[in-house]
Amino acid sequence: MQPSATRDLIVGLFVAAGLAAIGYLSIQVGGLSYKGPGGLRLYAVFDEIGGLKARAPVEIAGVTVGQVVAIGLDPSMRARVTIDVDPSLKLPTDTTAGIRTSGLLGDQFIELEPGAEDATLASGEEIAMTESALSIERLIGKFVHDSGVESK
Amino acid sequence: MSEPTVANLSVRTESKSSLVSPELRILLEDVHLSFGGRPVYRKLSCGFPRGKISILMGGSGTGKSTLLRLVAGLVRPDSGRILVAGEDVTELSERELYRVRERIGMLFQHGALLDSMTIFDNVALPLREHTQLSERDIGAEVSRRLTAVGLPDTEALMPRQLSGGMLRRAALARAIISDPEIVLCDEPFSGLDPVNVRRIERLLVELNSRLGITLVVTSHHIPSSLRMADQIVFLVDGEAISGTPAELRVSTDERVREFLDAERDDEPAQPGAHA
Amino acid sequence: MRLTAVETLGFRTVTLIAHLGRITGFIGSIFVHSVRPPWRVRRLVGEVFDIGVLSLAIVCLSGATVGAVLGLQGYTTLSRFGAANSLGAVVGLSLVRELGPVLTALLVTGRAGSAMAAEIASMLTTEQLDGLRMMSIDPVDFVVKPKALAMLISMPMLNALFICFALFGGYIVGVKLLGVDGGTYITSMENAITWSEDVAGTLLKSFIFGALVGFIATYRGYTATPTSAGVSAATTGTVVVASVTILLFDYVITALWGV
Repeated sequence: MQPSATRDLIVGLFVAAGLAAIGYLSIQVGGLSYKGPGGLRLYAVFDEIGGLKARAPVEIAGVTVGQVVAIGLDPSMRARVTIDVDPSLKLPTDTTAGIRTSGLLGDQFIELEPGAEDATLASGEEIAMTESALSIERLIGKFVHDSGVESK
Repeated sequence: MSEPTVANLSVRTESKSSLVSPELRILLEDVHLSFGGRPVYRKLSCGFPRGKISILMGGSGTGKSTLLRLVAGLVRPDSGRILVAGEDVTELSERELYRVRERIGMLFQHGALLDSMTIFDNVALPLREHTQLSERDIGAEVSRRLTAVGLPDTEALMPRQLSGGMLRRAALARAIISDPEIVLCDEPFSGLDPVNVRRIERLLVELNSRLGITLVVTSHHIPSSLRMADQIVFLVDGEAISGTPAELRVSTDERVREFLDAERDDEPAQPGAHA
Repeated sequence: MRLTAVETLGFRTVTLIAHLGRITGFIGSIFVHSVRPPWRVRRLVGEVFDIGVLSLAIVCLSGATVGAVLGLQGYTTLSRFGAANSLGAVVGLSLVRELGPVLTALLVTGRAGSAMAAEIASMLTTEQLDGLRMMSIDPVDFVVKPKALAMLISMPMLNALFICFALFGGYIVGVKLLGVDGGTYITSMENAITWSEDVAGTLLKSFIFGALVGFIATYRGYTATPTSAGVSAATTGTVVVASVTILLFDYVITALWGV
């Protein structure tokens, strides 16, 4: 096509459409980052974190309220997970943090189940009650062991 | 369509008195060249005087076009020197050659215009690339050149819309727009009807007489060559035989005779063999 | 004089290495011209039109079709395990990780890559490249650079558009035709695909593929034999070489990415 304003316009539209598609894939589909308010830092220690990764979402009742910031080992050789959540949340001190899997093929995330206490967690405190990730091997082992015990 | 004139071309300040002493503007010395084992030139030596029209003749395959490409630096010889406007082009890098080519214009056999651009953009290209002229000034220069070659209304057309003769004249306009001192023409007459042959012949002669441009033209159109040339260089067996038209016409060299006689015999039935 | 097998092998190896040297020189020269003025924005825009815009039709149509097929095939297999709700994830992951970049690259090679090689080769044959040299214009700077850059820019965008159209195709088949819940389809897709593992990888792949096709097509056009047969050979050679190279690089990138 000969150089013209029309041609330039079409190319501009093409580039805009291309960038929009890339943006859609990156942000909407790929979940580029949690863009809600953060600031409330809490810690949770797990025996087993399974496939949990940094930037995995933290949810309450299915709603994303924060993300995993860091994962490391604590002195007693258990996994120590740092999460960053919405500071307007009032989480009771007996809140449970559990590692769940999203769907059949999905990634793992942390689900918080609020407890019943009046006192709430402040930034820097630790969530005492945790549920480790389910491991298929342990489930099977437990099943075999239990059924083995029963058959005696 | 009005007859093309050179009246619209810029006037240069160099005088035409160099006709008297033929200083050689282009000189080839002992040039050897082979393509894929086949020798094209063996110890070729010839020169083209400044400000004159030199015609290169020879049968097909004798390397006329290749000689132009050697002068232009598009092909490197196996050995030998080629001096163009005082510089040995065999020793220059591609970058340095670009500098030398600013003084050379080349008219390719089929024009070699960029087929994706209009005639105007094609002719304007050298100015747009190498000068800072405003679009208005460029427009004026392009108009002048196209009018000079007899194509005043073709600016918005695409190369594929022009006939062979028109295409070559447009390519000539492009070749001269940067005011070169040397113009190389590869078979400008081939495949053209007699009217167009005369047109181009007249244009080239005017370029030379009004602006003192050194012209090197390859051709096997004998009548126009004998009319136009100040010097004829005849290529045969990888060597060059030079002389004025008068000298060659009475040459006793049998290879020259054979060529001149054969072409003259064919003349009346000459259709323009290349489509 | 007949050459022994060893001599032939030696000759072929040296020729191949010389060839690689020339290609590297060619690519290097494109880089050098790309970071220096003149920028040739007008020509770049024109090439993005020829390469990107004119490939839109085939890319989007193929995308929608491939997505529809994936939706159909995926559903058939997944529903056997009662996992039809993961259709979005299956379609999405296949597209983003592999099918998107590779199929887009192959389609664009066939449509735009071959055209690029043909155009440059015929410019070579009609002495247009020599014409440029005589005007003291470097043909690599004027002709090759804008084309290669345009391919580099267009490929990731065409890839993204292919994937989007394919996701939509899968949606139409899975949700509208086969009854998977729309919300589930989209959620499972969005949850399964992550930026760092999948989308970044697809962009990287399409960028690399764009570079490959750009270099191969222009190189083959630029070094073609200046005859009609030469133009044809340059065109078909481009499609073959570029396609194989894309598939090879796809394997390498996928393997390294997983490390």
